[in-house]
Amino acid sequence: MKKALRIIAVVLVAGTVAFWAAAGANRGWTKTRVPKKVMDEVTGLEGIQWEHRFVPGVDFLGAALVGAGVLAGVSFLVPAKSKRAEN
Amino acid sequence: MKTKLAILTLISVTSAVLAAPQTFNFRDPKNINNAGFKLDAPLESINGSANGIYGAVTFDPENPGATKGKITVATASLIVPNPLQRQHMLSDKWLDAKKFPTIVFESQEFKNVQTTGDTTTADVTGTFTLKGVSKELTVPVKLTYLKDKLGDRVPNQKGDLLVIRSNFTIKRSDFNVNPGQFEDKVSDAIEITLSIAGASPK
Repeated sequence: MKKALRIIAVVLVAGTVAFWAAAGANRGWTKTRVPKKVMDEVTGLEGIQWEHRFVPGVDFLGAALVGAGVLAGVSFLVPAKSKRAEN
Repeated sequence: MKTKLAILTLISVTSAVLAAPQTFNFRDPKNINNAGFKLDAPLESINGSANGIYGAVTFDPENPGATKGKITVATASLIVPNPLQRQHMLSDKWLDAKKFPTIVFESQEFKNVQTTGDTTTADVTGTFTLKGVSKELTVPVKLTYLKDKLGDRVPNQKGDLLVIRSNFTIKRSDFNVNPGQFEDKVSDAIEITLSIAGASPK
């Protein structure tokens, strides 16, 4: 149980960091919409259209790290298996 | 004599029609019209935009200084990338979009009008209303009159276009948007960029 919690914590951190980096390593807040500029040829105006896209930010990274920290912390509170139980 | 009189009448009526101010409707079927806004914040600046824009402007190409109009932005159409920030922005703690559903600028007077070709620049004094608070504001504008260009933008329609661009800054504290509060998290100054085109069908 101890080991399992620690493995989950490590996987959570590694997975979140990898996902965050792969999504562009956004150092701002998490976004669920991204602006896309669109040029109107007739007027010369630049319009903004919002695309629904999930871009994880530092808050997403922070939440995952806190979650992993809690799991790792709980692992220290879980009693170790006794040798009798193992037998 | 009768023919001459008829021709003269026709010429005078045509001249009057051609010189008459045109009304441009700013509800954009192509959804390009937008009002951008930017506020400084510690982690990253808050950049958003609104496209729920409508209104009418009366413009006379022969006398751009006489331009008058009212542009309205639907508060609920304001978008920022972060969903929690958007929720806070539209809530009663900030803009209170339910109670104050529109942001309005109504022009009163054009000053320092300069026209070159189809482009006019001016300083427009008008009333800006945000969260129910109205303040007089003078903002720089650039108007571009595009004669007979409506058909290029909207198929099967004939008419003219009027493009309005403006950049100006307001203070949220002037409009009772959390005055003096959270300035370490969100700046008092809001930079606004207006990029809109209106149509006057014939």
